[in-house]
Amino acid sequence: MSPELEQGLYVFVLATFVGFEVIRRVSPLLHTPLMSLTNAISAIAVVGSIVVAGEQKTTLSTVLGTVAVACSMINIVGGYLITYRMLRMFRKSDRGKP
Amino acid sequence: MIERAIPLIYLGAAASFVLALKWLSSVPTARRGVIVGIAGMALAVGGTLLRPEIVSYKWIAAAFVAGTVIGVPMAMMPMTAVPQRTALSHAFGALAAALVGTAEFYLQAPRIDRFTMGALALEVLLGFLTFTASLMAFGKLQEILPTRPITYRNQNVVNLAVLGVAAGSGAYLVARPEAAWLFPVLAVLSLLFGVMLIVPIGGADMPTVISLLNSYAGLAAAAMGFVLDNKLLIIAGALDGSSGLILSVIMCRAMNRSFTNVLFGAFGQVQEGAGTAGEQRTVRSATAGEAAAILQAASRVIVVPGYGMAVAQAQHKVRELFDALTKAEIDVRFAIHPVAGRMPGHMNVLLAEADIPYDRLVEMEDVNSEFPQADVALVLGANDVTNPAARHDRSSPIYGMPILDVDRARTVLVVKRSMSPGFAGIENELYHLDRTLMVFGDAKAVVGNIVRELAGGGGN
Repeated sequence: MSPELEQGLYVFVLATFVGFEVIRRVSPLLHTPLMSLTNAISAIAVVGSIVVAGEQKTTLSTVLGTVAVACSMINIVGGYLITYRMLRMFRKSDRGKP
Repeated sequence: MIERAIPLIYLGAAASFVLALKWLSSVPTARRGVIVGIAGMALAVGGTLLRPEIVSYKWIAAAFVAGTVIGVPMAMMPMTAVPQRTALSHAFGALAAALVGTAEFYLQAPRIDRFTMGALALEVLLGFLTFTASLMAFGKLQEILPTRPITYRNQNVVNLAVLGVAAGSGAYLVARPEAAWLFPVLAVLSLLFGVMLIVPIGGADMPTVISLLNSYAGLAAAAMGFVLDNKLLIIAGALDGSSGLILSVIMCRAMNRSFTNVLFGAFGQVQEGAGTAGEQRTVRSATAGEAAAILQAASRVIVVPGYGMAVAQAQHKVRELFDALTKAEIDVRFAIHPVAGRMPGHMNVLLAEADIPYDRLVEMEDVNSEFPQADVALVLGANDVTNPAARHDRSSPIYGMPILDVDRARTVLVVKRSMSPGFAGIENELYHLDRTLMVFGDAKAVVGNIVRELAGGGGN
């Protein structure tokens, strides 16, 4: 096993455990914002997309990379914005009570 | 020189994502979570733009603009459309991963080491199948496609064969990366499998399926991390993968079903014959005026919202009802079943959108002990999750599914369009109880009428 693979697997397994522990605590009230936020975070594919689009090695890779950057950007902008919009709607009953 | 800082920038981004999810755990800190999430993404994008491999920013800039132009309206959709929107964004995320994988393959093709090729095959397989599966889910949620499950003989065998050949092509490419002709086979079969996976899945199973697709999109990103040897991608992908998995397990548990059953069970078709067999039983119905009078006499009311409320866009009328009853010093709470609606937490965002305070929304485990003390349970467009047969009728297809014990309230008011059975295709015996009154009609119209009657005083 190459050291890169070994390190990568360690990181993956540990991050999965952290994910389980952190997300288990999310209140069911917020499951929809959770999904839109993780959706925005999974747009991290933008990192790979930018490199492929910017390297300009072949026409094919530039085209695929550019489309991938656009797709990721849709999720980054849309995902964070809608999560924020949703969370602004949650309010407690103290305010505005007669 | 600045390139040396990139790994540190990525580390900061990874830490921000973990914090973002941690702060999302409760409402008071959740907005801070989104902000730190945005900061993390800004670090990731900023750090990547500094990389020396990038020779031109022209196309990147164009793609940023295009993504923003499409992304902003997608964030402004009404809350009732959130399940569709989520499915669509899973499709975009997965497509990005699959396209980068495709580009990497053709850049590195013959001289690709086995390990990278394995991760790349996984990235492309998960990416393309999640792309088409999410588009199919979007079509079903948007009702462009039929929401009923579509089944045919040997469906599971055919599906598994397609997946098997796709995985086999991937495995062969790992052994012999020079067989580049196999790559399009892998891509096309993955796309095809995504479609076939969703064809037999019905509307009521969408919460599980959407969560599962969320997980797959994350895993595709993590696989990309292995291909590019980028830890940030691995971490973000793993977080996303575990989140989707947890949500799908919660959804499955709330329906008392296993993963395999959701994916291969084609719920909602098989039982269609079963419901009609029983004798025609009596149903008591009431007018909106009578319902208003009953509500006015109550001191504790529990509202049970379901997908029907979302379809009728009744959440704002429900708010008016909530205000009217609260003003009359009646205690109103909302009982939320984990699978009510079309995605996890769907009812919560709808009610929050209508400005109903979130501390009035109660989860199933906490609210069930309170139904016996409730004067009225008002069921709004929920069906199978209130069927008492799940508790005692061993022959019922939903036997064992955790339900809201609506039938234990003193009076049950059910607002429903007609007597047609729910998505599981089963007759709901709740409707035939002596304490149940059916108010027939569109949820929005009925609740509107009840509010008017309440305002009119006395409900006459």
